[in-house]
Amino acid sequence: MLDQKQHIKLPEGSIEKDTQTLNLGPTHPATHGVFQNILEIDGERIVSAVSTVGYIHRAFEKIAERRPYYQITPLTDRLNYCSAPINNMGWILTVEKLLGLEMPKRVDYMRVIIMELARIADHLICSSVMGVDTGALTGFVYVMTYRELIYEIYEEICGSRLTTNIGRIGGFERNFTPAAFAKIERFLAEYPAVLKEFETLLTRNRIFMERTQGVGGISAERALSYGFTGPNLRAAGVDYDVRIANPYSSYQDFDFSVPVGTTGDSYDRFLVRNAEMWESISIIRQAMDKLKTLPDDVYHADVPAYYLPEKKEVYTKMEALIYHFKIVMGEADMLPGEVYNAVEGANGELGFYLISDGGRSPYRLHFRRPCFIYYQAYAELVQGGMLSDAIVCMSSLNLIAGELDA
Amino acid sequence: MSLTNERIQQRLTEKFGDVLTGFEEPFGLLTFTAQKDYNLKVMQFLFDDEELRFRFLTDITAVHYPERKNEELAVVYHLHNLQDNIRLRLKVFAPVAQPDVFTATKLYESANWMERETYDFFGINFVGHPNLIRVLNVDEMTYFPMRKEFPLEDSMRIDKDDEMFGRGGTI
Repeated sequence: MLDQKQHIKLPEGSIEKDTQTLNLGPTHPATHGVFQNILEIDGERIVSAVSTVGYIHRAFEKIAERRPYYQITPLTDRLNYCSAPINNMGWILTVEKLLGLEMPKRVDYMRVIIMELARIADHLICSSVMGVDTGALTGFVYVMTYRELIYEIYEEICGSRLTTNIGRIGGFERNFTPAAFAKIERFLAEYPAVLKEFETLLTRNRIFMERTQGVGGISAERALSYGFTGPNLRAAGVDYDVRIANPYSSYQDFDFSVPVGTTGDSYDRFLVRNAEMWESISIIRQAMDKLKTLPDDVYHADVPAYYLPEKKEVYTKMEALIYHFKIVMGEADMLPGEVYNAVEGANGELGFYLISDGGRSPYRLHFRRPCFIYYQAYAELVQGGMLSDAIVCMSSLNLIAGELDA
Repeated sequence: MSLTNERIQQRLTEKFGDVLTGFEEPFGLLTFTAQKDYNLKVMQFLFDDEELRFRFLTDITAVHYPERKNEELAVVYHLHNLQDNIRLRLKVFAPVAQPDVFTATKLYESANWMERETYDFFGINFVGHPNLIRVLNVDEMTYFPMRKEFPLEDSMRIDKDDEMFGRGGTI
């Protein structure tokens, strides 16, 4: 074959090369968030990728060093904003672990319901967006109705939809209303058929399978080395789930299985997420049944020194007023200690490493953000693949820019 | 029989002796401190040993203690043995004047960005790291913002002109 290079006279200092540089992101519509990858491509094939992160870094760890504990909950909302309640609960459980607070079973089960609803909402986005990125908008539009219903449930419980700030240290801010229970019941009644239909649209869809199978695959060994957790690790065949390994919030009372994949590719991740949604539905149903057997007026533990009292009592009772004042001013007595607490976030092990010196704010708070850790593998996952596969791979990893950049 | 904290401590002390100090178990999590130059050796041993099998790196971060002379910066590793489902926490202390700590990137791929993040915020120099540059902050930054000498703005300050923010001033 002719060496064409000998006929091309490049000027001195030319930066011409065999491959082409392509900036994918940071504001590309197909990256679903602020992700930049500088790709070297040879035609359509990716030779190498360099990820740039930090575009929406907001220094939450630093800000947390100035805030009283109850004011850190809204910061955690803004990590993984697709499943904010799990972050809220993870943080609240960390503080409760530090303080040694025991929650009543009913509070635990209410938290489980919220966390599993959040998990469904998160997986729903991820799975349906994978459909969008492979050219199937129908599934996405179809299931959004039910994410909307989940947000209405949040709204009924805490008043907000996306950044929820749900729950308090020591329980919930108020009891679930009958309307909230009615909406959860409606969700449980209607959603399984919708999820079934969604799976019918995509799971055995030939185009979808061709686009996702073998794309962005990773072996279990590499996945562990890269610090994968959550559905992405389970898709590679490792059955690690924090809910089973270190049960929190009474997850040990529930009967559910951990779906695993085999090849760790985008298709397996999709299947694992869908299977987890079925498990979540079952967990919510079990929790609803358990709630019926418990007294229906318990929604917080009896820890007045840490639990923000109800406004009605603040206006009428002396003790409530004192505690309210102490908590709001950040003067609640915090114990010194060092605690690591992990919850199973929607995309992996969400850990909170908290060092308290007994002061009003944490001495140090570190978030173990699952997608920051596994996003490192992206360059390896897309290498040698097509450009359009890189897009599918990115959406299958369930990357959330807010969590990644903290 | 699954692994216990006592057993891990026993195995580690047999191997390393005085290198490891400060064994404690806050909230049931085995925590200990290694001498600065031994962090990688300890982690390698924890990784390779057929009984200990700590082969999953959960987290790397750092803490700044300005009042501790010559050991101002603590690098904290959380390791996880997934087979026996047990965690441990390893700390090494480094002086802020020369915070050199060996990198764990050869053991764990995931250590790459975690160490970059720790460098970014605390300035820990991970010796042997393949690409130790800032990851979340801008490259032009000349300081390490999570250190305690950079306090957040005093929320009670009164010297600020709030007029531009719609607070105070005259309308």
